[in-house]
Amino acid sequence: MSFYSVLEQYQDLDMEKVIGAINQHSVLRSLNKNTLAIEDFAALISQAAVSCLEQIAQKSHDITRRYFGNTIHLFTPMYLSNYCNNRCLYCGFNHDAQIERYQMTLDEVENEAKVIASTGLKHILILTGDAPKKASISYIQSCCDVLKQYFSSISIEIYALDKKEYEILIESGVDGLTIYQETYNKDLYDRLHPTGPKKNYQFRLNAPQRGAEAGMRNVTIGTLLGLDSWRKDIFFTVLHASWLEKNYPETEISIALPRIRPYYGCYQPEYQVSDQDMVQMIIAIRLFLPRCGITISTRERESFRNNTIKLGVTKMSAGSTTAVGGHSLSNVHHNQFEISDKRSVEQMATYLEQNNIQPLFKDWERF
Amino acid sequence: MNDDIFEIGGKKLSSRLFIGTGKYASDSMIPKVCKSTGACVITVALRRVDFNAITDNVMQHIPSHMQLMPNTSGARTSDEAIRIARLARATGCGNWIKIEVITDNKYLLPDGYQTAKATEVLTKEGFAVFPYINPDLYVARDLVNAGAVAIMPLGAPIGTNRGIRTEEMINILIDDIDLPIIVDAGIGKPSHACQAMEAGADACLVNTAIATSDNPVLMGKAFADAVHAGRNAFLAKMGVTRQMASASSPLTGFIHNIDEGQE
Repeated sequence: MSFYSVLEQYQDLDMEKVIGAINQHSVLRSLNKNTLAIEDFAALISQAAVSCLEQIAQKSHDITRRYFGNTIHLFTPMYLSNYCNNRCLYCGFNHDAQIERYQMTLDEVENEAKVIASTGLKHILILTGDAPKKASISYIQSCCDVLKQYFSSISIEIYALDKKEYEILIESGVDGLTIYQETYNKDLYDRLHPTGPKKNYQFRLNAPQRGAEAGMRNVTIGTLLGLDSWRKDIFFTVLHASWLEKNYPETEISIALPRIRPYYGCYQPEYQVSDQDMVQMIIAIRLFLPRCGITISTRERESFRNNTIKLGVTKMSAGSTTAVGGHSLSNVHHNQFEISDKRSVEQMATYLEQNNIQPLFKDWERF
Repeated sequence: MNDDIFEIGGKKLSSRLFIGTGKYASDSMIPKVCKSTGACVITVALRRVDFNAITDNVMQHIPSHMQLMPNTSGARTSDEAIRIARLARATGCGNWIKIEVITDNKYLLPDGYQTAKATEVLTKEGFAVFPYINPDLYVARDLVNAGAVAIMPLGAPIGTNRGIRTEEMINILIDDIDLPIIVDAGIGKPSHACQAMEAGADACLVNTAIATSDNPVLMGKAFADAVHAGRNAFLAKMGVTRQMASASSPLTGFIHNIDEGQE
């Protein structure tokens, strides 16, 4: 059994229509329940729930505080390589992009690690493009050997692997997997990924499951908000997270909420996702999945990130760069996307402390 | 003067309230809460301790007089819990260890089988083991046989603040298990802690309700008072509670009247 078969049950349903038909009575009923079903989640992300946002937010805040306390977990991404065989229309690293390609040597990885570790961060997220002949499993293993000396937890955001490959990386010290479906809309997915290994929708969709089966401690999923109607994509993201939670109870499931921030020359998303929409999805996720981690990245503006801290967000990146070797190499290469919140780790930690939130630098290590 | 001394794990404790270090807005709150609660024991998640931290380290904030009870939070197998316990001792945290093995991230309920396995190994290595469990009599008996120094049953799932929902099961442990019973998790209000102590629990561990209140120092004091009150009530042996008021016209009163008439 895979999540793909669950998704197939929804293929004849127009979820946008279903969510659009929900009335305020249903929203209030869902809001007052202690344990929510997926139908309740649909109600909370509906247009009818917009007038109840403050009530939902208050409840979300209370639940978050109970399960996660007054803390925010900090981490940062490290880009190892930007070679890529995919042609994802929305990505700055896609195969056809006229950018300088680079992959860090192990010495460079170590220098980058030293710079990041000097900020106090103990959790690192490593990223590569989809070019297994360049950023191979053995290359990533070698990087992990270096990174283990500096970080207590290593997560990967790389191309989709099979279960055996995830097991190899876990053996090398990886404990977290981040993999985005980008959109659950199969037709749209097909159009957005014209060629390349990522075109295989089902292989990517089942990657979080393979990661969990292989023994990843943490699995983070998400879509690139703005590719499709956010209500549809977040509904299926949450359905997926809930399915993973139920079937892999040992794995900690999180949802990341990357939103396309359009700028000149980049992919122009078809759908707009407003700040209000982001708030609505954060607080609805918290009510439906009380223990689920929620990540907001530095794609978002400083002021917006500050305001989401008390809503239900539990993890944030800080001091980020989306360029290969962006922390330490003198010839900084192209960015995958633009960072909006440019605060350093120290600035982020100071802001949190000033607002009675403890920045968590370490939450796990390889015992 | 408190003459109700709680002896456990080779220590004599003047407080029956155990506290935690997690979820505070700032670790600088920890020494203040230690003071306001008068607690002697504090649990700390080893997974969050960075002994080489260049930033703040939670251990720096724990007053030296506190008895450390490192916990294995984050462990999903007995092996992980065992490794964490060994590391705790190797890094100078002493030989007390609270075993938490949680294999279900949805409900955060402890795994009794893995917990018993870890307890068995660690007690043989000289640890004073405090296992956190569902209040299950059979698991508790296994833990007694494995050499645990106390049993820590949950009142409700971690972080829920829902109180002593497992009251009947905890009462069975209090009656049947000859080890101290320390109620842990789910205690959301001082009255919940008081309820557990009135029932005969030996101590309570409270973290979320103190750490996430608007005033942890004051809430800590409230919990200390509640634990003390509950303990005193237990020692004083409370009056029997009744389902109904005593009837002013009892149905069986005639028996006495007949008896008197016969005299």
